[in-house]
Parts: sequence; structure tokens; C-alpha cells
Amino acid sequence: MRHDHLITSKQLSRADIETVLDRAAEIADDPDAVANRHANAVLGLLFFEPSTRTKMSFETAMKRLGGSVVDMGSVESSSVKKGETLADTVRVIEGYADSLVLRHPKQGAAAMACEFVDVPLLNAGDGAGHHPTQTMLDLYTIRENAGLDDLTIGIMGDLKYGRTVHSLSYALTNFDTHQHFISPESLQLPREVVYDLHQQDDTQIREHEALESVLPSLDVLYVTRIQRERFPDENEYQKVAGEYQIDLETLEDASDDLTIMHPLPRVDEIAPEIDETEHAAYFEQAHNGVPVRMALLDLLLSGGETDE
Amino acid sequence: MSDDHDHHDGNADHELRVSKIQDGTVIDHVRGGQALNVLAILGIDGSKGEEVSVGMNVPSDRLARKDIVKVEGRELSQDEVDVLSLIAPDASINIVRDYDVVEKHRVERPAVVEGVLSCPNADCITTDGEPVTSRFEVLDDAVRCSYCETITREGIAELIDTN
Repeated sequence: MRHDHLITSKQLSRADIETVLDRAAEIADDPDAVANRHANAVLGLLFFEPSTRTKMSFETAMKRLGGSVVDMGSVESSSVKKGETLADTVRVIEGYADSLVLRHPKQGAAAMACEFVDVPLLNAGDGAGHHPTQTMLDLYTIRENAGLDDLTIGIMGDLKYGRTVHSLSYALTNFDTHQHFISPESLQLPREVVYDLHQQDDTQIREHEALESVLPSLDVLYVTRIQRERFPDENEYQKVAGEYQIDLETLEDASDDLTIMHPLPRVDEIAPEIDETEHAAYFEQAHNGVPVRMALLDLLLSGGETDE
Repeated sequence: MSDDHDHHDGNADHELRVSKIQDGTVIDHVRGGQALNVLAILGIDGSKGEEVSVGMNVPSDRLARKDIVKVEGRELSQDEVDVLSLIAPDASINIVRDYDVVEKHRVERPAVVEGVLSCPNADCITTDGEPVTSRFEVLDDAVRCSYCETITREGIAELIDTN
């Protein structure tokens, strides 16, 4: 993999993805082998909106590679509060760090920011846009549980604003997959994403409002939170919320091998009774964030060279 | 050579509705109803005394109904033609000198337009006061912000940054 930045999963080929996932598997098998691989490297964390998992897993990943992190801190305590532009912020912080991780509430923030820096920049979420490093750990988890070819996946919940969904669906077009999108009509995939998916000759996508008809055919069900705050009317939310909750009764018609994933945090989309079943992969998915982000950082900081 | 026979060759009535100009540009085969947007793109609002003739919704073989804009004393730049192509993809540009058409060409849609349109997505980083020039990929029937990737099909003229 030879990229200066990771902005969107659309920029990744199948070979790129497999390089990252293979490297992550090597690291997961033997983390000690890379314990000092980037001993002098510094990672800059620029999180313009709250994040727990993504931020902590990047921090853990960098430290496990022997490096260190510098953290911009909260927006309230930073120069952003004084009106500094994002372009200026990244130009300043690149002088302190060898690579940058950016989380920002505005769509296109990472695409713009990378025009102003020379060090590798990783998009850790830009509004309702993309979240490609989440996608890499999603793919890693899918590969471990169900494989990435001949795969039927259901992606359910808030597909309109769900950046993890957008990134995952793009990345899956590199593989032999059938993608089923399940959501209320008001939270369907943005037309931009549908447009892009239809540009891929071999991609098969279908949109549904109900899970029942498609559930038996699924190898993987990727659940996202239906965000109450997205609905202008509480009654409209209540009408659909119950339709998109998974419990043991819901899964009666599912395959025994169904893998259930969720980028977390969940609220009530997946009942706790699912946690102890063989279906649940969401905590494993979250834990995979560390080796996958170690692999990404290693490849970017090494200019794509994987040799020890 | 002329492909606008609906205007020049066959129908004198339509010719009369929009008088000939001496020097300047005739923008023909503008989609019906877009003439005022064409003027907006060119920054023409009449306040500077520009001499402009406009024909709107006149019959056309190619477009059924078309608009025509004639601007006296002004030859369009390539940048202006590029932008025009977004709302008038079928337009032809005729440069007129001393009452004769000395140049005639169809507009060509560029692959990308920069610094011309503003993104309609309020959550796009380009709307946030950053030192960045807007950039849009030109699709067959739409434009797409290169940053937030929002696709706009309707109302492209309203995105034109007139500042």
C-alpha cells in the first residue's frame, strides 16, 4: 500500500485492503515483533468532536508501535476556539508530528486538510462522510468471521448519516458481495453513495425497509444506531425504532452462522441477550481496532514497506 | 455549417424578435428559461448600461424551446463559457464583429470547475471559512463537490458564486 493519506475507503483497491488486513493479522499474532518499530515517531491527534473508541485505539496503536502521541485536546481548550481555521491547525501540528489523525464534524474536512500537509493524514471521521479506518477494522472482523467473498451482508439502521456505513459499502465493492441496506425511508443511503455504488459494475445492492425478508440469507448483519435526534418528530422515531432492534426472537429465522456487528456505541439496537451468543462480534470488532490501526500506521509511516 | 437553422435559416419572425448586434457575443441554444441565469453568470444586471437582447422560449428544432442572449460589445472568456456550459450544455457561442459571425463554437463541459460554485451542503468544510477554493467535478447531468461529494442536479445556477 502506497498512499500519502487515508481519506476515504474509495481510494483503496482490493490489494490495498488485503495488505492492511494481512499486516494487521501478523501484528495481532505477534505484537512484540513491532513493539519498537516506530520508537521515535509521534502521532498527532486532532479530534474536533468527541470520540472515545477511535481516539483511544489510535493512541494505543501508536504506543504499541513504540511511538508517542500529541493531543490537541478538546476544541474548547484549543486555538480553534479563537477562530483558527482547520487549514492553519493542521499546518501547525504537522510540525510536531510524523502523522496526523483527524476527526471533524464537517464533511470533506480530511480531503481539504490533506492539501495543506506533507505528513500522512488519516481521516477518523468527517461528519456524515467517511470513516475509512473503522472500515478496515470492520473488514478485518468480517474476514475473520465470514470471509470477504461470496458474502451476503445486511447493513441496517441510520444509513443516511452513518459514515461507517458509507465507507464500508464502498470498500465491499472490491469483493464478491451482495449488499442489502435496511432502513426507514427517511434514513436511506444518500444518493451520492448510491450513485457511487451503481458505478461499480459487479456490485449488487438492494434497499429494504424491513429486515425479515432478507435476514435468512445474511452472512453478516451490520447494525448502526437509529439516531433519535435525526427525526423531527418523536412519533416518527417511535414508529420505526422498534423495527430495527435485534433480540433472540428477531433471529429465529437467521442462519446459525450469522455474524452481528455494530460500530458501537449501541443504545438499544441489539439486546444484551445477544451478547453471549455466537452471533455477537461487536466487542471483538472494537478490539480489532488496535491491530488494524497499528497496521495502517505502520504502513503509512514506513511508506508502504512491510519488511521488519 | 450552421447548426442553428431554426434561428438563422428558416424563421425570419424569430430573427426579428432579437435584433442583430454589431460587435459582441450571441449565446444561442440556451435551454428555455435559463437566459436570466446566463446573464447572472456574466454579471450583467443592466446597472452598467450594457446593451443586451434576450429571447426567451422561442421555438427551436433542437431544444423545442430555447433562449437566446445577445451581448453587445463583449466577447466571452473561456472561463465564462465553461461556467455557462453547466446551465446551458447545448449552447453555441457566436462571436460577432461588424455584424458578421467570425467565430462559432459549441460550449464544452469541463471536467472540473474551480472557484465558480458554492457547495449547497451546509455541513461541507468549504462553507466554513477555510482558505480553500471550491472545486466541483462536472458529471453528465450534475456537479459534485470534490470535498463533501454532494451531488447537485437541480438549481446549479443558484450555486454560482457571484462574489
